[in-house]
Amino acid sequence: MRFEARVDVTHLPGILDPQGATVERSLPALGYDNVSEVRVGKSIRLVVEASDEAAARAQVDEMCRRLLANPVIEAYEIDLAELSST
Amino acid sequence: MSARVGVVLFPGTNCEHDVVWAIEHLGGSAELLWHGERELRGVDAVVVPGGFAHGDYLRTGAIARFSPVMESVATFASAGGPVVGICNGFQVLTEAGLLPGALQKNAGLKFLCETVECRVETTTTVLTNQADPGAVLRLPINHFEGNYVCDATTLERLRGDDRIVARYVRNPNGSLDSIAGVCNEARNVVGIMPHPERASDALVGSTDGAVLLRSLLAAASDTTSPRTALGHKVGV
Repeated sequence: MRFEARVDVTHLPGILDPQGATVERSLPALGYDNVSEVRVGKSIRLVVEASDEAAARAQVDEMCRRLLANPVIEAYEIDLAELSST
Repeated sequence: MSARVGVVLFPGTNCEHDVVWAIEHLGGSAELLWHGERELRGVDAVVVPGGFAHGDYLRTGAIARFSPVMESVATFASAGGPVVGICNGFQVLTEAGLLPGALQKNAGLKFLCETVECRVETTTTVLTNQADPGAVLRLPINHFEGNYVCDATTLERLRGDDRIVARYVRNPNGSLDSIAGVCNEARNVVGIMPHPERASDALVGSTDGAVLLRSLLAAASDTTSPRTALGHKVGV
């Protein structure tokens, strides 16, 4: 089975996000003065072949811990979708 | 016999020749260690120099930490061998788990290229053993990701164990507690953002970095180091 994984990597809560802070400061200049908690992260897409969804998720989770995210400063979320086998 | 320092070269490293030059200028000998090889060739100390290892893709140091040479560097470090990461090398050592914390984008989101003052906070490390406690050194910084962060528990431990090696006198990048450099528990692995090798000759504006590299050479020549007992060649 093939799964598309979307991995969202963001700063851990409490860790200063300089890019998020800069974007947040720039939005009021465009008239958006009701915005807060802007965070800038990374989005990583990949396709993984695995026997089932649990196996795919476990493997992507391991990739996140070992490479895709730095657990010292970053949190990650994994979204999996099975690809049709046509 | 002068101490032999291995300088790790990744694709994208760009400070390796400065480090080699400075080490030799100060009386040591230096050679490059290609990242794809595991062999450290019996060197007495390792420097992971600055640059943009593997293009800094994904995160600074994230790819470099998986290079074959880093396994050998980790083994060398755990045997007590002196290991110093400068700038990008510091980032690589944190990603490799040899040093705590992480380096993220500067708080002001600007690439900083300037000479800053740093205070030596401890002299019981492989990079500061020849320095005076509290000495203020003028050293160049040259980084976009020099903003040191770690969790509160780690920071407490770093402070309590006297493992903050250097602090900026005026914090240029938002680093937690103005940290410019830290060491591991055994004090034989040090990471520092400023570049001592670029301040080791009067011609380039400061010689304040020389004392740091002389400290490394002293540590590399120390035959009482525990790594001797573990089969690493010393001073050969």
